[in-house]
Amino acid sequence: MSLVAPRSVRRPLPRWVEIAVLPLVNVALAFLVVGIIARTIGVDSFHALKLLLVGAFGSSESIGYTLYYATNFIFTGLAVAVAFHAGLFNIGGEGQAYIGGLGCGLAVLALDRYLPGPLVIVLAILAAAAFGAAWAAVPAWMQAWRGSHIVITTIMFNFVASALMVYLMVNVLIAPGSMTAQSRGFAESASLPSMQAVLKSIGIAVAPSALNLAFVLALLSSVAVWIFLWRTSWGYALRTMGHNAEAAIYAGTSIRRMTMLAMCLSGALAGGVAVNELLGVHHRIVLDFPAGYGFAGIAVALMGRSHPLGIVLAALLFGALQQGGAELSFEIPAMTREMVVVIQGLVILFCGALAHLPRPWLQALFGRRG
Amino acid sequence: MQSLTAAAAAIELRGIDKSFGAVHAVRGVSLAIPRGSITGIVGENGAGKSTLMSILYGLYRADAGQILIDDRPVDMASPRDAIAHGIGMVHQHFMLVDTFTVLENLVLGAEGGPLLAGGFAAARAELTRLGQEYGLTVDPDARIADLSVGEQQRVEILKVLFRGARMLILDEPSAVLTPQETDRLFEILKSLRARGVTVVLITHKLREIMAVADRVIVMRQGAVVAERRTTETSTGELAELMVGRKIRLDLDKAPAVHGQTMLAARDLSLVDRRGVRLLNGVDLELRAGEIVGIAGVSGNGQTELLQVLSGIRPPTAGQLEVCGRVIDPAHPIDPAEMRALGLAHVPEDRLRQGLVAAFEASETSILGYQDQPPYCRNHLLDVPAVDKHCAELMRRFDVRPQTPGLRSSHFSGGNQQKLILAREMSRLPKVLLVGQPTRGVDIGAIEFIHRELVKSRDVGCAILVVSVELEEILSLADRILVMSGGRIIGEVAADQADERVLGRMMADA
Amino acid sequence: MEETLTFVTLTLAATLRVATPLVLCAMGGLFSEKSGIIDVGLEGKMLMAAFFAAATASLTGSAWAGVVAAIVAAEALALLHGFACITHRGNQVVSGIALNILAAGLTVVLGTAWFARGGQTPPLNDGERLKPIFFPVAGDNVLVYVALLSVPFTWWLIARTRFGLRLRAVGEMPLAVDAAGVSVAWLRYRAVLLCGLFSGLAGAYLSIAQNAGFSRDMTAGQGFIALAAIIFGKWRPFPAFGACLVFGLLDAVAIRLQGVKVPGIGEVPVQLIQALPYLLTLFLLAGFIGNAVAPKAAGVPYEKEH
Repeated sequence: MSLVAPRSVRRPLPRWVEIAVLPLVNVALAFLVVGIIARTIGVDSFHALKLLLVGAFGSSESIGYTLYYATNFIFTGLAVAVAFHAGLFNIGGEGQAYIGGLGCGLAVLALDRYLPGPLVIVLAILAAAAFGAAWAAVPAWMQAWRGSHIVITTIMFNFVASALMVYLMVNVLIAPGSMTAQSRGFAESASLPSMQAVLKSIGIAVAPSALNLAFVLALLSSVAVWIFLWRTSWGYALRTMGHNAEAAIYAGTSIRRMTMLAMCLSGALAGGVAVNELLGVHHRIVLDFPAGYGFAGIAVALMGRSHPLGIVLAALLFGALQQGGAELSFEIPAMTREMVVVIQGLVILFCGALAHLPRPWLQALFGRRG
Repeated sequence: MQSLTAAAAAIELRGIDKSFGAVHAVRGVSLAIPRGSITGIVGENGAGKSTLMSILYGLYRADAGQILIDDRPVDMASPRDAIAHGIGMVHQHFMLVDTFTVLENLVLGAEGGPLLAGGFAAARAELTRLGQEYGLTVDPDARIADLSVGEQQRVEILKVLFRGARMLILDEPSAVLTPQETDRLFEILKSLRARGVTVVLITHKLREIMAVADRVIVMRQGAVVAERRTTETSTGELAELMVGRKIRLDLDKAPAVHGQTMLAARDLSLVDRRGVRLLNGVDLELRAGEIVGIAGVSGNGQTELLQVLSGIRPPTAGQLEVCGRVIDPAHPIDPAEMRALGLAHVPEDRLRQGLVAAFEASETSILGYQDQPPYCRNHLLDVPAVDKHCAELMRRFDVRPQTPGLRSSHFSGGNQQKLILAREMSRLPKVLLVGQPTRGVDIGAIEFIHRELVKSRDVGCAILVVSVELEEILSLADRILVMSGGRIIGEVAADQADERVLGRMMADA
Repeated sequence: MEETLTFVTLTLAATLRVATPLVLCAMGGLFSEKSGIIDVGLEGKMLMAAFFAAATASLTGSAWAGVVAAIVAAEALALLHGFACITHRGNQVVSGIALNILAAGLTVVLGTAWFARGGQTPPLNDGERLKPIFFPVAGDNVLVYVALLSVPFTWWLIARTRFGLRLRAVGEMPLAVDAAGVSVAWLRYRAVLLCGLFSGLAGAYLSIAQNAGFSRDMTAGQGFIALAAIIFGKWRPFPAFGACLVFGLLDAVAIRLQGVKVPGIGEVPVQLIQALPYLLTLFLLAGFIGNAVAPKAAGVPYEKEH
């Protein structure tokens, strides 16, 4: 899948332009359109931008929320990126996160009364990853053994996951006597500590927010993904398959096994959303917690050029937009939070499908005559 | 260049020039093609003949130059213009829709109205007429996917005639045909000529040119270097003109010193999912210290043989023994295990198999060996070791530029091939499979590669070379096997073989 | 007896009502996919069309103006898809996903800015909606009939016309079409525009015929069900139509079965019935029920070497 590089680059751009300038121009184009939309609905873009920045970074509380949102974006961005590197397009992050939440929740509900908290947390994180991986493994198997197109199957699996979760929450997991479809609360010891509590224990005082240790887990995952992709022979084989499946076969890599590995890793990373949301914030299983993060991961991965560092930066941007946008909608009611969704869509469009739109302009500026 | 013929030119090119990035593919070509003749255009791979014809057909636009049809300058902006001017092209890779019937393919682009019904009826009638006139018969309601390659090519020719073409360009038409089908094609071409059609034949097979063409134009490195009447030239002269100097591929090599058998295939067969027999009971033996060459028209099972021998595809039947390990359908093997046994493989198509264009040269230099020390321990890559290894390979095999960090796609074909060869030879394999060792490689690199292969042989490596270039097989191999229709049809010792002997064997199949 | 008859009639009418947007959308998607342009953005086009239909109908008081606006909105997204995938040879799935997300956001942003109703449009009165033509109970408005006619029309266009022949060819082997001197890009643009037209009508149906106004995310996955129907119909109009009817029936039955104990089985979870279209498509894709072969060139940008 040629998501990152065009099939034929006739006048190659200098590497720094390719890595730094082209993506920035793409993002700039997306935000240019956002500005036009804001103007159309009568919002002063610069005023809005100022409010947004204050909303996202103005206080330790708002920074906390920005990072909390960014955590989800890092997980789903990494999930999409790992699959991208294998030449697979995983659109199922939404469902994998959802089912990851089921695993995470079941682990806690089953064990929090019997085992010490930290152990339950570790098991719950592993369960989130395992369930996310399992939900990705089925479409991976279908692609590897039955030739079913993974784009279509992962889309379908999102809907199936949603139906399954609604059924389970309404009929099975609902807390006795509850009117809303949510499970009983997790034991306090089995919740992921908030960042405020952690920082307080080392003498740093910050305002309470939803930010929790899952953020650290997300950063560690980013490093782990980088090491895996560029410093292990598995990652090497995975990238070989993504760029040139025939070369991978020639090199002795099993396409089927590698498809399974890539998708399971992808699904496990998507399960990280459940860790942040359920273990870190809601402390129970709730409906619809993936809330579009799975899809947003596509935007994050495209904007971050499928590189963990780029993904962390893109996730911070989207986290800031999410948090700042929420604040913004209080100040300017016309600016609803869905503006962030619009931005996600435009980023996917300009950094993904239209990624090569500015190429001729840049070639005129920086292109080397072959 | 002065044209040889006084007859009116159907097609004339003046000063055609075309570059793709850094590659100057066609350099100021001028030529004239007389009406009602069969003209051959010969040249090595990459000599620019296909590019030139694609410009004539409107697929590419020339950077400079002029095209004249019937002495009138024309603008070939697209195939539509070419078709309008009576030019038709039969591509090497057929432009047929597999799921369509012959009739649907025939009318595509020339439907004769917004509704299909009328056009189909007219096309049916025309098909019958063309069939009678030229002896081109095909069932109009057959699906393309169910036709043989020869029949598909006939559909291509019919398509062109159906559009009223008076000039026909054929790009490597015999590359995919059996000898019988090729003969049949030549009869058709002659009957076309008899009815005043101008035929241009692009090929690198000199024998065929001599058999069917009236005139021949030789291209080398993007330029026309000679024009001859076929009655006044010979394959020897043409070959020399194509290469630019006397072919001197005779290597100074000592006679082979045979060691023990390293690879043995017994009754090896491969049948694909549709039931097509790709390999049909292949027996072969490869001993340490010898080079065995496999000659044959491409598409006769050589590709599949390499796939089976290298572990990429398991055989359907038969047995393979490599360095003492037995492989059969019940005991398959994968390419990684093959490597571990001491078998290395330089693939036929380096861009599609041998390297990853987007990878740095250093990454390409461990493809297939990414799990092996010293590049990798406990699945962790040692990047400095990989870079060092790559720099070493580049130095020893004179790969330029010597930059391990450069993307593999930024090297020339010859340098890519040398890097792959270096990678496969660097671990001193016991068995080395080489597919098309010098395809698209410049002359200097060819000699280098040949010498390295012989050196490897001399230290006891068992080498199997598959090549469509007979000269290459003749100069490299100690023993030559001829392949046709998925089987080995004969063996000749190198000192008793020449092009005529091999050609006859290949043709007799 | 009469009761059963009424039940059957009502269920059939409901099936047709539910299936109408699926059919329109599937026929639109069929054109796109047949030409080799994968369209996972049907959902977004339909959503955008639904919003603009309701917004325009509400502002002008005319249902027909709403229909026109719906088509224009869907065509705008279709052209954007074409621009990205045909002109710029971008990834078709990425583009489709982008348009879905864009539509999900933009409809709410614009709706809130214009109507300040949390993303909804004002409820439409009868004059601003498409009304049933013959049977008020059945809800047989003009778009239902358009949907029914769109199936033979699509079949005829694809199977019996020059345009259809070229469309099929360009989805299988664009090189052959190019070599025949026919523009690949223009063919695909026309296919994408036809897709926009039909998905626009589907959107209009949702907001100004089936419902009285737009509400956020009102397509609720119907674009993907239409996509599933195309796959289930193996990229052929009449079988795809059949799949739409089956999926519509499942939906109609799901509503009626809610909380009802089926003799011998017990209560059937509504969620299972809702997920059935996706599950069935998955089984089909896994090759357990027949084999679905997509147009060969689908998803592959056509790149001419120059």
